[in-house]
Amino acid sequence: MTLDPDTFLAIVAMAAATMLTRVAGIVVIRFVTIGSQQKRALEAIPPAVLMAVIAPTALVTGPAETLATVATALAAMRLPLLPAVAIGVFVVAVARALIGA
Amino acid sequence: MKRAGISQEFFGGMRAMAPLTIAVMPIGLVFGAVAAGKGLSSLEATLMSALVFAGGSQFVAMDIWTHPASSGALAFSALLVNIRHLLMSASIGTKMPAFSSPAKYAAMLLLADEIWAMAEVRAGETRLTPAWYAGLAVPFYCAWVLASLAGAAAGAFLGDPQAIGLDFAFPAVFTVLVMGFWKGRDTGAVLAASAAAAVLAYQLIPGVWYIAAGAAAGVAATLVTTRRQEACA
Repeated sequence: MTLDPDTFLAIVAMAAATMLTRVAGIVVIRFVTIGSQQKRALEAIPPAVLMAVIAPTALVTGPAETLATVATALAAMRLPLLPAVAIGVFVVAVARALIGA
Repeated sequence: MKRAGISQEFFGGMRAMAPLTIAVMPIGLVFGAVAAGKGLSSLEATLMSALVFAGGSQFVAMDIWTHPASSGALAFSALLVNIRHLLMSASIGTKMPAFSSPAKYAAMLLLADEIWAMAEVRAGETRLTPAWYAGLAVPFYCAWVLASLAGAAAGAFLGDPQAIGLDFAFPAVFTVLVMGFWKGRDTGAVLAASAAAAVLAYQLIPGVWYIAAGAAAGVAATLVTTRRQEACA
C-alpha cells in the first residue's frame, strides 16, 4: 500500500479535469444557447475521441489486434457490452497464440 | 417528502440500476488488474477509481501511463475523453427541478455514462428525485471502487495480463462504445477522419497527441459534412 507523490498528483489532476467536464454542462446551459452546429460538434466528440484511442491498437499494432477489434465490433451489433468484450479478449488471445505475436 | 417515500425512491433507483451495477464489477476488476500490471499499488488504483470515477478515462490513463506519472498529459487526456460529460450534464441539468442547487452539483460529480443514461430514462417517465438519483449512483459507485480494489489486489497474483489477452479488454470496451454511437453515414465520416488522423499522429508524434488529433479531425469532419448538406438543401 504505497502512494507515490507523482501518481497522487496525476490522480488529483485527472479527477479535477473530470469534475470540470461534469459540472461544466449545468454552468454552460445557464449562459450559452447551444445551436445546431455547436450541438453536432459536441455530439461528434465521444465517437471521435474513442476512435482515436483505439485506432493505433486496431490498425497498426498487429494482425491479432486488428482481427480482435473487428470481431468485437461485429459482436457489439448483437450482444451487450460484457459478452462482446469477452469475445474480443478471447479472439486476441487465440490469434496471438496462433500467429505467435 | 416523508421518510418512507425517500427510502422507497432510493430503493427504486437501486433496483433499476442493479443490472448495470453487477455488469460494472468485472470491468472494475479488469481495471484494478491492469493498474497493478502498470505498477500502481492497490491504494493508488482504488484512489483513482474513487476520485476520478470515469472508467473510459481511467483505462486511457493506464494505456499512456509512465513512471513517474505525467499529471499534465493525464489530466489533458481525461479532459478529452470526458468532454462528453458536458453534453450529458447540460441535458440532464434541465430535468432536475426537484434538486436544490448544491444537490445538483453534487449529483453531477457522479455523472458516469450509465448513471446519466438511467437518470435520463427516469426523467422521461416521471419526476427525477434526488433520492432516486442517489439510488442509481451510490451502489454503482461503491461497486466500481470495491471491484477496482479487488482487481488490484488480485492483479499482483494474476501476472501478465497480456498472456491471456486481458490487455485487450479496454480497447474492446471502447470498440463496443464506438458502435453504440453509430448514427449513420455521418458517424462513419467522423470515425474515418478520427482514425486516419490518430494513426498518423501516433506514428509521427510521441505522447498522447494522437487522441487530440483524432478528436479534432472527427469534429472537423462532422462540421464539413453538415455544411455540405446545408449547401445541398
